[in-house]
Amino acid sequence: MIDTTAAILVTVVTAATPLVFAAIGELVTEKAGVLNLGVEGMMLVGAVCGFATAIATGNPAIAIIVAMIAGAVMAFLFGVLTLSLLANQVATGLALTMFGVGLSALIGQDYVGTPIKALAKLDIPVLSDIPLLGPVLFGQDFLVYLSLAMVAGVAWFLKSTRAGLILRATGESHDAAHALGYSVIGIRYLAVMFGGAMSGLAGAYLSLAYTPMWAENMSSGRGWIALALVVFATWKPGRVLVGAYLFGGVTILQLHAQGAGFAVPSQALSMLPYLATIVVLVVISRDSTRIRLNAPACIGKVFHPER
Amino acid sequence: MLLKLEPRGETSRAMVYLTPLLAIFLTLVMGAILFALLGHDPLEAMYAFFIAPISSAYGLGELGVKATPLILCAIGLAIGFRANVWNIGAEGQLTLGAIFGGGLALWFYDSDSIFLLPAMALAGALGGLAWAAIPAFLKLRFNANEILTSLMLTYVATLLLSLLVHGPYRDPDGFNFPESRLFEDSALLPVIVEGTRLHLGAAVALFAVLAAWLILSRSFIGFQIKVIGLTPAAAGYAGFRHSSLVWLTLLTGGALAGLAGLFEVAGPIGQITPVISPGYGFTAIIVAFVGRLHPVGILGAGLLIALSYLGGETVQITMGLPQAVTGVFQGLLLFFLLACDVLIRYRVRWTLGAAKEAKGTAS
Repeated sequence: MIDTTAAILVTVVTAATPLVFAAIGELVTEKAGVLNLGVEGMMLVGAVCGFATAIATGNPAIAIIVAMIAGAVMAFLFGVLTLSLLANQVATGLALTMFGVGLSALIGQDYVGTPIKALAKLDIPVLSDIPLLGPVLFGQDFLVYLSLAMVAGVAWFLKSTRAGLILRATGESHDAAHALGYSVIGIRYLAVMFGGAMSGLAGAYLSLAYTPMWAENMSSGRGWIALALVVFATWKPGRVLVGAYLFGGVTILQLHAQGAGFAVPSQALSMLPYLATIVVLVVISRDSTRIRLNAPACIGKVFHPER
Repeated sequence: MLLKLEPRGETSRAMVYLTPLLAIFLTLVMGAILFALLGHDPLEAMYAFFIAPISSAYGLGELGVKATPLILCAIGLAIGFRANVWNIGAEGQLTLGAIFGGGLALWFYDSDSIFLLPAMALAGALGGLAWAAIPAFLKLRFNANEILTSLMLTYVATLLLSLLVHGPYRDPDGFNFPESRLFEDSALLPVIVEGTRLHLGAAVALFAVLAAWLILSRSFIGFQIKVIGLTPAAAGYAGFRHSSLVWLTLLTGGALAGLAGLFEVAGPIGQITPVISPGYGFTAIIVAFVGRLHPVGILGAGLLIALSYLGGETVQITMGLPQAVTGVFQGLLLFFLLACDVLIRYRVRWTLGAAKEAKGTAS
């Protein structure tokens, strides 16, 4: 019984980890005042590039780095359009997702069905043998720990560093930040590319660790769920973690319910994560004052120094 | 920075029409490079992609078949986008149209009434409308972002369709295949051009283009949509009800997408299958933007994007290229269009040259 519970909890963590990466990256992007709806596309390109690199080199570390670079390059493209060429952020984000879906399918066509060894679990000696808590806390792959460190790092960066303060100022009032002499466009490029790298990492986690394989559209909406998580977290890093684990829980619960052979059709259970996203979004957004107070004031707005 | 953007006094009318052409040109250039990278003769591949599919009457008919759902969805989306209502769940609304309208065809399977087809169209439109009503309600009542809710509902709709074709909609004599019975003639859209698959739905799409054009350019509602999209504050002062426009745009978009979905199952497919659309609802977003959110522009953009679907199929069959090329082309086109759009409101200046010029004239 303890073993089954531990196994379920371990999978909840692995299901949540890609959401943590993608959402924390998007949080930083949005804190700088940019709304990038291309998370899903960047994730897919990261997933396929990471997978292809892992096949070619056999080295998961290089694969993960390549996936992050791929995500960042996609985000850079978004930056060129929205920051330098002042395109509409919503439309460009949608374009990025559609482009990413197509591009990843094109790159990945020869890899469909190729098996790969999953990223190794660390299994810290002695500690991971503790019943229940051992495997959950000490028996994960290193990306899980990285995701936790990333949340803590972003929380510290935004709250306690000067650079974090400047980034937040850029998102709250780009005109004021500009008047103070900060490069609004430069800061936003960095924030957007950080978001892209994190989305790429989230994708790599999917194709290297969570389900070690490549399939077209394998992120199946996780990029969009990550976007909803940022709203759910009211732009606070710690709450991203809570939200992601909640969604990991729903995902795994419905998988186990399908396995246990409930009298409910499997498709109805598969709807649960998406329905949960809607419910969560509704519950959080209901209080429009709270959203207004927490959302970066300049989100989605075009910045041009001469306007 | 070498490039500098200088705001124009007013938007350039010429650029509004020129930038889509420029974007198409750039996409073609990138496409040729892409084909070369994939190891094919670019010219041959471009011919196979863009010319070969429409060099026969049948091919032209197919172009109309593919353009029909794209245009119907894009018209609905464009009305919303104009008013800053971001419904991106047309794919789900399309699916619900097929579920409702197609369900009616299965329910009255033995009927040969001439009213069956109109009733199916009505049910399809209502299905899409109902699905779009959810994000509208959640947005107005709970302030929930319609981008995310309409998209999540698309995943739910796809799963619902899968559930139905594996269960109640399944053909009783179909050896457990997840497909419905083939529709009877009374439930199928008549073909309007002999020797092609071009069906009555294409005429309806054309009618929708005209109707939307008239409504958007000539009616008070069209004016309200325009004002609310350009300056929401002014719309508020003028007393336009924001909520009724959200309802109107989302429900119209949903109904048109639902109709598109029904036309697919009652037209080219002729039954209900687990997959009824290769992403028409998403691609329609590109169609709406390339068509400048204008009904007539959408007609042209719809035909162009429909060609990219046909081209993708052709190069897959004749040259063994992956069908994903289509998606890349479509994404690139929207990218280039958004990038070129900067020319409408800004002049691009080379700052190095401009600096010298400023010194010389000293004005």
